[in-house]
Amino acid sequence: MNLHEFQGKALFADYGLPVSKGKVIYQAEDALKACRDIGGTKWVVKAQVHAGGRGKSGGVKLVDSPDEAIEFAKSWLGKRLITYQTDSNGQLVNSILVEECTDIEKELYLSAVIDRDSQRVVFIGSSEGGVNIEEVAKNTPEKIIYEPIDPLCGAQGFQARKIAKVLKLDAAQTKQFTPMLKNLTKLFIEKDLSLLEINPLVITSGGNLHCLDAKINIDANAIFRQPEIAEMHDASQEDPREAEAAKNDLSYVSLDGNIGCMVNGAGLAMGTMDTIKYFGGNPANFLDVGGTATQERVSKAFKIILDDPEVKVVLVNIFGGIVRCDLIAEGVIAAIEEVGVEIPVVVRLEGNNADLGSEILSKAGIKIESINNLGDAAKKAVELAK
Amino acid sequence: MSILVNKETRVIVQGFTGSQATLHSEQAIEYGTNIVGGITPGKGGQMHLGRPVFDTMDEAKKSVNPNASLIFVPAPFCKDSILEAAESGIELIICITEGVPTLDMLDVKKRVDELGITLIGPNCPGVITPGDAKLGIMPASIHMPGSIGIISRSGTLTYEAVKQTTDLGLGQSSCVGIGGDPIPGSSFIDILKLFQDDPQTEAIVMVGEIGGTAEEDAAEYIRDNVTKPVISYIAGQTAPAGKRMGHAGAIIAGGKGTAADKIKKLKECGVHVADNLVEIGSKVTEVLSK
Repeated sequence: MNLHEFQGKALFADYGLPVSKGKVIYQAEDALKACRDIGGTKWVVKAQVHAGGRGKSGGVKLVDSPDEAIEFAKSWLGKRLITYQTDSNGQLVNSILVEECTDIEKELYLSAVIDRDSQRVVFIGSSEGGVNIEEVAKNTPEKIIYEPIDPLCGAQGFQARKIAKVLKLDAAQTKQFTPMLKNLTKLFIEKDLSLLEINPLVITSGGNLHCLDAKINIDANAIFRQPEIAEMHDASQEDPREAEAAKNDLSYVSLDGNIGCMVNGAGLAMGTMDTIKYFGGNPANFLDVGGTATQERVSKAFKIILDDPEVKVVLVNIFGGIVRCDLIAEGVIAAIEEVGVEIPVVVRLEGNNADLGSEILSKAGIKIESINNLGDAAKKAVELAK
Repeated sequence: MSILVNKETRVIVQGFTGSQATLHSEQAIEYGTNIVGGITPGKGGQMHLGRPVFDTMDEAKKSVNPNASLIFVPAPFCKDSILEAAESGIELIICITEGVPTLDMLDVKKRVDELGITLIGPNCPGVITPGDAKLGIMPASIHMPGSIGIISRSGTLTYEAVKQTTDLGLGQSSCVGIGGDPIPGSSFIDILKLFQDDPQTEAIVMVGEIGGTAEEDAAEYIRDNVTKPVISYIAGQTAPAGKRMGHAGAIIAGGKGTAADKIKKLKECGVHVADNLVEIGSKVTEVLSK
């Protein structure tokens, strides 16, 4: 689960990290009060969406007056911001962060992720901030440090000093950085983060370290023990079909093809998409109905798939492991009748009682192509989608 | 021979009396798996499926001396259950549960490694040695005793590979689902090692998917250490970057872990790659007939 910048910064503040004084607003006219409360004569206004690259797309602005802040808020609230990290529809802007202006001396990079190789939380730091870090990693790997944190010992002072060298911090800044690293580690562990990124971490004109941005992802598997974080969830930032699927415990990702896919198991779902592509078709989605493909789940899955107007045919691929295929077949038929599916449906059933399942499907008297071989089923779906 | 589990494996089921555990334990017992008991805190002293239930692993160890644990407890309690099994001296732990928090797994993995215990999963279908023992949720009917060792990160995708090798009359020595999570208890390499040393296994099928670099690491290990033929398939060739595809593991981050990268590396290291999911079985036959 992603957090907005203002939510991330609130967490940073809770953990004693240096962030700018700021206020989030949902109505343009509130910008006036926000600017006055913050004080000063210059402010930064930032559209809040779950995507990076906002600055380059006009979603961040330096303003000299509250009126200008109101104008900015008016121009963005309710609109969709398209950046290089979003799809072509962009992300809905429903809040604006108004912040005091920070004078920047230098931009640095700091992040933490769970690294699969070392099986540790790893901090990544670079003296090159505010830019595309992948490029830095590729072209000048010597400017990046990767520092793993031991799960039992936690972050230590020597590790902060080591990272500080690569960030080219002076003695006073290194002293500031040591508690920062420890607090960020604490935040990462206590709030079940899967990613934390401060790009840029800046040195202000006063020589102090300051977190100018906050990108935080939370491990979806751990939301159950993070009730405060769960409340920060902003459904408007998600694809509505993906959100609807998630509500029903279905895993759905929309793609741009025209063959709807309904599969049990994530791996098999990807394998099915690949098979469609292999035979010249284009999958409209990834959809995992889960291990138990009951009629209810199949119905919901059909509804979500058919909500995409591009879909010309649906390929159902179920490997009946524990669930019997005859029961799945009955579920598919009932779901098709309940939802009123009008486009062709190709069903491939394999596993327990697959033959019986196919027989039920072919006798149902509705428009279902029942094909037991996955290759043949995919070919048929591709043909029907043309 | 086989790997990890056989007829002699003495299995204890953690979360024994839950509905999923009951269903799969019943099937496992029917398959001939030697389930010696189960653990459900608060239900110690009862009998379930004709086996004794214990409150703690400590009691189970003293009473029925299990050497493998099969875990079905809900995700929030998996860390506790895995560590309970690990500290008791159980040699093999298989955790079926999906949705275990990643940070829990960081702690768990460090501890089981220190203790030298084999952990399979979480978020996996388990391990089966066809004809001998079934510790997991895979459908028994598609398996057949034979010569192919199968390792996979995904459940139903494993079944697909199993079914194809059964249909071709090859059968399987053992099948291991290592799970799709970012921090799995065992890696491809851990299992490749076991199959390489198992005389029953003539060829190995490794089913991978996008995300991480486990397949790339395995490829290098195969090049340097595995003399048996390895056939591989990578799922997610059409997955767009940055999207999470169901498994916590299946995400292409920062342009790394794409199917194309993995396939290239596997081929470079002498692994036979099936271009398509439906061709895994025929690829195995082709390689074995050479």
